[in-house]
Amino acid sequence: MNGFEGQGLACVRGARLVFKQVGFHVAPGAAMLVAGPNGAGKSSLLRLMAGLLQPIGGELLWNGAPVAQDPDGHRRRISYVGHLDALKPALSVAENLGFWARMDGQGPEVVTAALARLRIERLADVPARLLSSGQRRRTNLARATMGSPAIWLLDEPTVGLDTDGIAALEQAMAAHLDGGGIVIAASHVQMFEAGAHQLVMEALKPELRDDIW
Amino acid sequence: MSTFWAIVARDVRLAVRGGTESVMVLVFFVLAAILFPFGVGPEAEVLRRIGPGVIWVVALLAAMMSLERLFSADHEDGTLDLLATSPAPLEIVFLAKAIAHWLTTGLPLLVAAPVLGVFYQLPGPAFGVLLLSMLLGTPSLSLIGGVGAALIVGARRGGVLLALLVLPLYVPVLIFAVAGVDAVIFDAPVRPSMMILAALLLAAIPLCPWAGGAALRQALQ
Amino acid sequence: MANLHRFANPAQFQRLSRALLPWVAGITAILFVLGLYFALFASPPDYQQGDTVRIMYVHVPSAWMSLFCYTFLAVAGAVGLIWRHPLAFMSARAAAPIGAGFTFIVLATGSLWGKPMWGTWWVWDARLTSVLILFFLYLGHIALSRAFDDPARGAKAAAVLALVGAVNVPIIKFSVDWWNTLHQPASVSRLAGPAIDSSMLPPLFLMAFAFMGYFFTLLLIRIRADLASRKVQALRVAALAAAE
Repeated sequence: MNGFEGQGLACVRGARLVFKQVGFHVAPGAAMLVAGPNGAGKSSLLRLMAGLLQPIGGELLWNGAPVAQDPDGHRRRISYVGHLDALKPALSVAENLGFWARMDGQGPEVVTAALARLRIERLADVPARLLSSGQRRRTNLARATMGSPAIWLLDEPTVGLDTDGIAALEQAMAAHLDGGGIVIAASHVQMFEAGAHQLVMEALKPELRDDIW
Repeated sequence: MSTFWAIVARDVRLAVRGGTESVMVLVFFVLAAILFPFGVGPEAEVLRRIGPGVIWVVALLAAMMSLERLFSADHEDGTLDLLATSPAPLEIVFLAKAIAHWLTTGLPLLVAAPVLGVFYQLPGPAFGVLLLSMLLGTPSLSLIGGVGAALIVGARRGGVLLALLVLPLYVPVLIFAVAGVDAVIFDAPVRPSMMILAALLLAAIPLCPWAGGAALRQALQ
Repeated sequence: MANLHRFANPAQFQRLSRALLPWVAGITAILFVLGLYFALFASPPDYQQGDTVRIMYVHVPSAWMSLFCYTFLAVAGAVGLIWRHPLAFMSARAAAPIGAGFTFIVLATGSLWGKPMWGTWWVWDARLTSVLILFFLYLGHIALSRAFDDPARGAKAAAVLALVGAVNVPIIKFSVDWWNTLHQPASVSRLAGPAIDSSMLPPLFLMAFAFMGYFFTLLLIRIRADLASRKVQALRVAALAAAE
């Protein structure tokens, strides 16, 4: 099957089973909202999709092939936005983004484009330590849009954003989807148009299991 | 390769912008070393005898001071997550950061060491060997210490823990580095200990990134 | 959920270890009785060292065990990291303090033996110095495995450390030997390792096997206790959730 897919995923943090039997399928050009109460494992699921966590059960597939067989290729395919904005206070916004562009083998022009996409061109030379939390968020989102990763994994991307920021993000996501990209976002608010795919996670009760060490 | 140098350049730039850290390490290095004459007295004979050992022990401690934040800082602000999801393998990330640590800590120590050599009345020929031992030894300190820094990512009381993990592993570097400088003073052959010091570095270059990469991978789980 | 069953589960381990424990403990006790009898009564005093030589029957097996335990930590760590089997991590966690204990006994008995033989409690002898560093490697392992809020994270970090340490132990031994030959202490008359008389071998090996048995007895007890305490914690969490 084309696109990004998960089958029977299970995740254990510490000795706690966070979720089990989670499956999804997102076709190219489609978006998916991961919803659910606190503690249901939305962030863990996104980290798992990003390859930062290993599933204890189940597997991820890209175009039908297991991701675990080609972790390097998968890393090239994704861009991940977590709770932390990963900005170095001593560097300017453009320098912060420039570092990640170089890590992807891209030139400074992608930085300019990304800054324009999140409407923060005028912040380019401002040291990150002077940014507000919304501006930091925009910078991190701009970083995620650089280059051409196929899958955007956004964990609560709208936190701290004003209406203009949300509009910029929506515009960027729409362009990404139009180009055949995939957006997966964990959020408490509805981020996509009605009808977009939703994965609703539920909080598992802690249970006593004799089969988990 | 471009990712490798991107990390080195970023870390060096951060150290330069941050400013004080490298300077503080250097000040500690000199200050701690000049405490010893107050403890053992200023006789040239005694100082010459303990000089190489003192300079190297203090260098170990100084190099360790700036290690604690090597990966913890990137872990706390989320950078480590992004590095782990970037195309660069964590082993390369580790090596790049260890080299940046050496450039911002080991290299300044190397430059300052001759000054301490003067304080400790080392004979002329010993200076060359002291510099050579620093050149071959301090990169090993950054690599071995980097593994420790990767292991303590996310730990409570990281600083003390790091000392406990790293100092025992520094013993071989200390022994051979000091043996080389002492050899000049006591007219013994210098070559063997310097060769072994180089061998330790050559072994650390592949092994430490491998262990450090594994440690970082565990830290992210 | 088939994947969660790929490991033999804790309940199974508890059953197996409960059956095994009396046997291991019993054999260990028998070995200790035999070993101590030979070591203290049925072997002659050394012509040079007198009864002091009997310290060796504790010192030498402890030294072997201190190396054996570190090897055990490294192997358990490798198994844990490669196959991600939790039992490997738990064994390492349980074994590290036992190994540190053996290492401490090596240092203490070495010191007790050194006082009458060398006239001083501590000599920077190559072997003792290496063991001293090994002791700190153990302490680092123990501290690291307990330094995290998530015990699983500590276990994995400690596993990597054990592998790094295992590579370093021979290097440290080699460098300390080199260092020791450079600085021969002049004032202390040094005894070469005493030639071992064949009458010393039976007690030595009996004690070595007794120590080995003691290690496995303690290991089983410690893993069982660790599992039980986890169960208590899980019950607490479940009770909290039920109360909500």
